Amino acid sequence: MAVKKIGKQTVRLKNPPSIISTYSIVGPKEGDGPLKEYFDFILQDDLCGQKTWEKCESKILEDAIKMAIKNAQLSEKKVEYVLAGDLLNQIISSSFAVRNLGIPYFGLYGACSTMAESLSLGSMLIDGGYADYLVCATSSHFCTAERQFRFPLELGNQRPPTSQWTVTGAGAAVLSSNGLGPYITHVTTGKVVDAGIKDVNNMGAAMAPAAADTIIQHFKDTGYRIDDYDLIITGDLGIIGKEIAEEFITKAGYDISKIFTDCGIEIFDNERQDTHAGGSGCGCSASVFCGYIYKLLKDKTLNRVLLISTGALHSTTSSQQGESIPGIAHAVTISNTKE
Amino acid sequence: MNKINPKEYNEYVQKKIPKPTFLKNSLWAFFIGGIICTFGQFIINFYKNMGLDKDGVSAATAITLVFLGAFFTGLGWYDKLGKRAGAGSIVPITGFANSIVSPAMEFKREGFIFGVAARMFTVAGPVLVYGYGSSVIVGLIYYLVKK
Repeated sequence: MAVKKIGKQTVRLKNPPSIISTYSIVGPKEGDGPLKEYFDFILQDDLCGQKTWEKCESKILEDAIKMAIKNAQLSEKKVEYVLAGDLLNQIISSSFAVRNLGIPYFGLYGACSTMAESLSLGSMLIDGGYADYLVCATSSHFCTAERQFRFPLELGNQRPPTSQWTVTGAGAAVLSSNGLGPYITHVTTGKVVDAGIKDVNNMGAAMAPAAADTIIQHFKDTGYRIDDYDLIITGDLGIIGKEIAEEFITKAGYDISKIFTDCGIEIFDNERQDTHAGGSGCGCSASVFCGYIYKLLKDKTLNRVLLISTGALHSTTSSQQGESIPGIAHAVTISNTKE
Repeated sequence: MNKINPKEYNEYVQKKIPKPTFLKNSLWAFFIGGIICTFGQFIINFYKNMGLDKDGVSAATAITLVFLGAFFTGLGWYDKLGKRAGAGSIVPITGFANSIVSPAMEFKREGFIFGVAARMFTVAGPVLVYGYGSSVIVGLIYYLVKK
C-alpha cells in the first residue's frame, strides 16, 4: 500500500532527505541582476572558454554538479545517482555534462519544470532507501535556447512584451539521507494542463493554469494553511503568468498574495535589463533555488518554502503544426524541520 | 481546479497582455527607416556623379547597402538597431542582408554545408519564395492585360 501518499497527488516523505549543499552558476546578465550576491559563480561571457554555446551550457552544468559535491565534502564515488535535465533536443547538455563523472544517471525532461522534477524524484529515491547521496541538477542557456526555439541572435527582430528571457545558468543540489536540513518533506507531482494557449511568446500564460492547479492541489492534499509557508515561489511564470496564477489560486480560496513570487521575476530587473516579462528556462528555478532560496533557508530567514518549477511542454514542431502549449508544474516543500 | 475553457481563457489572457507602445514604435520605425533610405539616396547620387547609367546606379546602390547590412550584422550592431527600429530596419534591403547573414553566422558551428549553407535562408527563404512567386503572377497578369 502506498503509505506515504497523502491526498490525490502528494507524497509525504517519511525519512525526508536533507539538501546538504548546492551550487549555482549564472551568465553575465543574471550576474548583473538583483540576486547577483547570492550566486556562487558568475560567468564573464556567454561561452566561458568553450567553442560553442552548447558546450558552455554543458560545462556549467558539469561544474555546478562537481562543485556541489565538493561543497558537501563528498567524493564523487560516494554519489549514487545524478538526476539532471535541460531544454535542448535529446537533453544533450545534461548527458554530455555527466559523461566524465562515472555516476549513474537519470536524464529527465520536464522542460523548465525539471528542477522540481529532479528534486521530487531524488527525494523519493532517498526516502525509499535506494540511495544515500544523489545530485539533482538542471541548466539552460539563453543562446542555445534562442537558436533552438526562436531566431538567430543577430537577427534584428523585436521581442513582444509577453516574451521572457531564457536564463543562462545551472544549479545543482546534493541530497542526502543524513544531514541537518533543510529537508524536502513533501512532493506534489503536477498534471499536464493545457489551457489552449498557442502563442510561443506567452509561455507564462500557458503555464499559469498548471501552476495554479498544482498549488491548489498541494494545499488540499497536505492540509497546510498559507501561514505555514514563508515563501511560495514558482519557476518561470514571469509577470503575466504569475498574475494569472495568483488570481486562479485566490479564486479557489487561498490568498497567497503576500508570500507568492516567481523566480523569473526575482532574477532580473525587467525595466533596466530589458527582459520584458521576466526570466525563464530550467536554469531559472535551478539557479534561484540553489543560489538564493537555499541560502535563505540555511540562515533561517525562511523556514518553509514551496518551490514550484513550471514547464511548457511544446516543441518547435508542435508549435509549427498549430498545437497549443501544454503546461506542467511540480512542487516540493523544503523545510528546516522534518515535519 | 475546474476545467478551463480555452476560448474564455484566451480572451482573459488577452486582457492581461501589456499593449506594445505603438506610437513610439512607429516613430522609431519611421525615422530609422527614413534615415536608411535617405542614406540610400546619397549613395545613388554618388554613383550618378561617378557617371554610372541608371541600371548601374541601381545595382551599385543595392550592392553597397547589402554589404553595409551584412557588415553591421557581423559587428553585432544590426540586431541592436532592429530592437528599436523594428520594421524601420527590417523592410529596407539592409534588413534583407541581416536576415541572411544572421543565420549564416549562427550556424557556422554546424559546419559550412549543413550549417551556413543549409540554414542561411531559414528567415529569408519564405520572403524569396513568395516574393518571386508573386512577381511571376503579377508579371503574367500584366502581360495578359497589356495584350
